[in-house]
Amino acid sequence: MVEIKNISYAYSSAAGKVLDRVSFSMNKSECLAILGNNGAGKSTLLKCIDRIHPTKDASVTVDGKDIFTMSNREMAQQVAFVPQNTTAVNMTVFDTVLLGRKPYIKWDVTEEDRQIAMDIIRRMDLEKYVLRNVSELSGGEAQKVMLARALAQQPKLLLLDEPTSNLDPRNQHEVMHTVRKIAQENNICVITILHDLNLAIRYCDRFLFLKDAGVYACGGLEVMTPENIEAVYEMHVHLETYMDIPVIIPFPDIKPTMEGK
Amino acid sequence: MKKDKNNGGLQVYNQYLRRKRLALIIVAVITLAAALYSIGVGSIQISLLDIFKVLGGGGEKMYRTAIMNIRLPRAVTAILVGAALAAAGAVMQCVLRNPLASASSLGVSQGAAFGAALGIVVFGGGVVNSANATTAITINNPYIVTLCAFVFGMISTVVVVGISQFKKNIGPSGLILAGTALSSLFSGASTILQYFADDTKLGAIVFWTFGNLGSTNWRELLILFAVFLLSGIYFMFNRWNYNAMESGADTAKSLGVNTRSVMLVSMGICSLLAAVAVSFVGIISFVGLVAPHIMRRFVGNDYRYLIPGSAIAGAVLLVLADLVSRTVMAPVILPIGALTSFLGAPMFLFLLFKGVKHNG
Repeated sequence: MVEIKNISYAYSSAAGKVLDRVSFSMNKSECLAILGNNGAGKSTLLKCIDRIHPTKDASVTVDGKDIFTMSNREMAQQVAFVPQNTTAVNMTVFDTVLLGRKPYIKWDVTEEDRQIAMDIIRRMDLEKYVLRNVSELSGGEAQKVMLARALAQQPKLLLLDEPTSNLDPRNQHEVMHTVRKIAQENNICVITILHDLNLAIRYCDRFLFLKDAGVYACGGLEVMTPENIEAVYEMHVHLETYMDIPVIIPFPDIKPTMEGK
Repeated sequence: MKKDKNNGGLQVYNQYLRRKRLALIIVAVITLAAALYSIGVGSIQISLLDIFKVLGGGGEKMYRTAIMNIRLPRAVTAILVGAALAAAGAVMQCVLRNPLASASSLGVSQGAAFGAALGIVVFGGGVVNSANATTAITINNPYIVTLCAFVFGMISTVVVVGISQFKKNIGPSGLILAGTALSSLFSGASTILQYFADDTKLGAIVFWTFGNLGSTNWRELLILFAVFLLSGIYFMFNRWNYNAMESGADTAKSLGVNTRSVMLVSMGICSLLAAVAVSFVGIISFVGLVAPHIMRRFVGNDYRYLIPGSAIAGAVLLVLADLVSRTVMAPVILPIGALTSFLGAPMFLFLLFKGVKHNG
């Protein structure tokens, strides 16, 4: 159970609020997609939840505990974050995943830490890359390594900033499939930013639309209506059903503001 | 079966770590060998056997005097100063995310050198004896000289850190330009100090800008060793923080690292370390920049091995540079600072041409 209350953030007082009292909650092992236009504050929201951007009067509760009252180290044992376009580090896959044990390290990693890292590497099918440099891997593999690092933190809440950007369609599905599987196996809540609505429908349980610094709509598949999408993305869409799965087909060229041009 | 497979992956990794450790041990052995050789070389040649006899507490009186009063302190100075500057360079490169960072390229050394000169000339921290070139300066009060060096080294640090915080788009080269500006500022200040200093003190200041490994006594070495040891413990304690910071500030923060305080404290300690080194031996450029980059090739960017590795590489570089400076035009001893510049400048240019890229 994750509860997020009252997140407000402004990069500067002159620029105005990027986020204004954003609140939502989700259940155990659910996957929530944050949807919205570029600049809607999606990444900012994730960074606020992970306290990378400090917020006032906000609270994030994970399993009944307010993580904002914790130390950085304690918090990192609860929440893991994979930023967007993580710079390709010149480090081996094993060392990168081992880094996920950072919140548990006192003086040095223990045998247990190494074992946990190895287990995750095996589960993510990365074993053949153990000693390869992350910077030498393909985009999909590197993204999986970043996910593995976050999972080595053994978090209760996993934050992903566009985990499928720069990936080909096959890898997009593979990564999202892995995320979903791990979330369910380990009872982790996942909050992920996605641009592909169909990918979100396939792999997420809940959807949160961000618009005008606030939550426009939040809920299960019932909020995935053409009306909501058109309002948030300012373009026409068509909703079809294919093999019982809703499919969104965008029609950006016939959006109302473009008429007559 | 599953268990075996799992441990197989770990075994491969453990072998890989063993290779890194072996690389460190090899460089450490080279350092010791070079230091021993360097103790033997000089106006009187001392054989390895005699060196061991003296180090064991015996040996001939003449050898004993030469080794314990001149040769050994010199070798230990080279090792400690090289190690201190290189370890500080590696950490600065990490926390500023700048591959060109080092005490000398950020102007910290120049600031510290000016501070040390000020301590000697104005606050009377030392007595200058210009009659004898090898012991030109005797520091009566190493604490006040070190303190002055630290204060002025810190001024450079505060300016550089301030610029990197408030003008985030300055880029690695821009920060080094700022360091160059600070270097010029403190060189200018030293020049003014020289202009108003009397003859003997003038000698002291000029001497400081060359770098000199031959004027340290055991008490100063003890101070340097203590500061190096404590800094080293702090650096090693933070080695996982540095590894996390290699992946970018956001990732480091999400892993529970307080990036800001790690950066600020690390920079403060690096400056202290560099300032203490500079206050005893003067400016020695490039070792702090080059040694970490050499070790990055062998042990990668893993700070568990890069920090001790850089320290050992810095030690061996300075021991070798000292050896060259004493033998190439013997009996004239070339200034060590000039020699390390000859060594380091091409490397610095190489890094610039290769492109200022972190993790490079």
